[in-house]
Amino acid sequence: MDTERQQQYVLRTVEERGVRLVRLWFTDVLGQHKSVAISPAELEGVFAEGLQFDGSSIDGFSRVHESDVLARPDPNTFELLPWARTDEPSALMFCDIENLDGTPFEGDPRQVLRRNVDLAREKGYSFFCAPEVEFFYFASGDPAQAPAPLDQASYFDLTTADVSSDLRKSTIHMLEALSIPVEYSFHEDSPSQHEIDLRYTEALDMADNIMTLRLVVKKIAMERGVFATFMPKPLNGQQGSGMHTHFSLFEHDVNAFADAGDEHGLSKTAKAFIAGLLHHAREITAVTNQLVNSYKRLAEGYEAPQYISWARNNRSALVRVPIHKRDKADSTRVEYRAIDPACNPYLGFSVILAAGLKGIEEGYDLAPAATGNLFEMDADARRAAGIGDLPSSLDESLDEMESSELVRHALGEHIFEWFLRNKRREWGEYQTQVTQWELDRYLRG
Amino acid sequence: MTPPMEPVLVYPAPAPPELAQCLDLSGWVWKAVADEAEARSDEPDGGWAGAIVVADEDATGAFAVCRALRKRDVPLEPILLLIGGGQLDDLEHRDELFDDFCLTPFHPRELEARLRHRFWQAGQQEVRPDLVEYGELILNLETYQAAVDNRPLDLTYMEYELLKFLASHPGKVFTRETLLNRVWGYDYYGGARTVDVHVRRLRAKLGEEHAGLIQTVRSVGYRFGQSRWTP
Repeated sequence: MDTERQQQYVLRTVEERGVRLVRLWFTDVLGQHKSVAISPAELEGVFAEGLQFDGSSIDGFSRVHESDVLARPDPNTFELLPWARTDEPSALMFCDIENLDGTPFEGDPRQVLRRNVDLAREKGYSFFCAPEVEFFYFASGDPAQAPAPLDQASYFDLTTADVSSDLRKSTIHMLEALSIPVEYSFHEDSPSQHEIDLRYTEALDMADNIMTLRLVVKKIAMERGVFATFMPKPLNGQQGSGMHTHFSLFEHDVNAFADAGDEHGLSKTAKAFIAGLLHHAREITAVTNQLVNSYKRLAEGYEAPQYISWARNNRSALVRVPIHKRDKADSTRVEYRAIDPACNPYLGFSVILAAGLKGIEEGYDLAPAATGNLFEMDADARRAAGIGDLPSSLDESLDEMESSELVRHALGEHIFEWFLRNKRREWGEYQTQVTQWELDRYLRG
Repeated sequence: MTPPMEPVLVYPAPAPPELAQCLDLSGWVWKAVADEAEARSDEPDGGWAGAIVVADEDATGAFAVCRALRKRDVPLEPILLLIGGGQLDDLEHRDELFDDFCLTPFHPRELEARLRHRFWQAGQQEVRPDLVEYGELILNLETYQAAVDNRPLDLTYMEYELLKFLASHPGKVFTRETLLNRVWGYDYYGGARTVDVHVRRLRAKLGEEHAGLIQTVRSVGYRFGQSRWTP
């Protein structure tokens, strides 16, 4: 693919379609979506030179010596924004962030994922992801009020009259118009909880897609006067929102996870990849579940994973290997169930890929699949079966991460250090808070 | 037909005297170039009208120029090749590089007749050279824009390139590998699943009514439009 031709395509389309504004998108270390708009007249120059800006006010971008960085738009991600079609056509492009000398900026999550994907590529693998993104619609986004669900339906309920179904439909149309194919969408377990499953694509594109999805879901909700949230656990006593993601490695056109001769249909590569995920699960959890609130979802009594095990078709396991149809060996994949939709997808996919590849590289052995319902086993039984626990708080996760060489390598020194500092502070703040639960329980003694 | 207004490219520079004389006498505007670089840098604003490439002195240089002229976004046509009688074998496997040839030493009347005929033919094809049309779908290759039912399609670069390739070969079945090689290029790493991802995206953008333009041919690949074997 020829970058110059791609840029030509973008410049010509901007001209032909009368685009007035080009939005350049990138992501900070915490996974917040950032945007800077330029006029079409500036575009050619930005393609040639990059757009210089001061990174010191972006979370995770600040450095000691030099605060300026370059945003370099990726012409391959160019899209016309479907919500701006008539009045003021505008377009979007994701950017890579570079240092002023043109090297990848170590604080840019997209560059981090690109580096990890390139490492996999050097070993002959392309890395595919298909996430199932869960979220809630609430009547209002005001944190001062208790979140009020829009409906009381549950899993797979047909709620034709609901505002929320209509919202989801508009969202899907918008995603398709933005080159993001949707596999399924349905009403989840909890009131007002919804799920959108995206069709697999390569990791870097998928991380971009998740950023776009979060924006589109929130934007459409806001237009209809409601509020969408990807907070992992917004309601007491209800299931939280996860982002179970299906992963596979391909060697050219062959699914490297498939082996028709194996009883589970899994190749040695797949087993080592799963073993890598399990082995390093505790270390990567701070990245895949980065909020204080993430750990309320990963708690006892709900379907979210708590224990480090894998299974064929057991939804209590951390890693699940979905059973595919006999003639569909190409769809062999592993599902990682801890990750939640509030993560930074670039960093989340990076550490998951690194853990899996480590398993392959070192030839880790895979323990037998869990058979029973893990939620019904007691601690002794789990210990006897060699099944460990996921960290139960952000604090514990950060301890695990801090001593992990794997995560340090995958994220790079800059993000690794910044992330730990930032998240330690978040935990510290949380710990000094007096919660409603404490007041209810202790005030009257 | 009368000779075109734009100059005809002549290789090499300086042009062989007998060729220069022949062209001048019959009223052709022309300009000689020394190599591919000059073919690019000396190109008039309106583009070359065509090319006469003399290969009997430096065949390698001549074929390089032909190749450069054909490799452009809009390949240059017509190209007339002048070759020595001993070089006929060189033409094998180079069909795409020229539209006609004439043996040297050439007869001025024959050369002129061939030139006129080739330029007449090229003129016939030039009616709307930069459009690909199929039913309600139109791609403008010059502006990179695509529309279906007069509704502009918002495509990414790769979606556009894939649609352009498919729509330029209606009725033909392509394997995923072929599409990957022809559209993405041989050095592209991703496997055939990349093609599936893009086809899925294109169908969504074409809309339900036109999604069927790109058909999946079971265990083979994809076909744009109707099969040429079914009525």
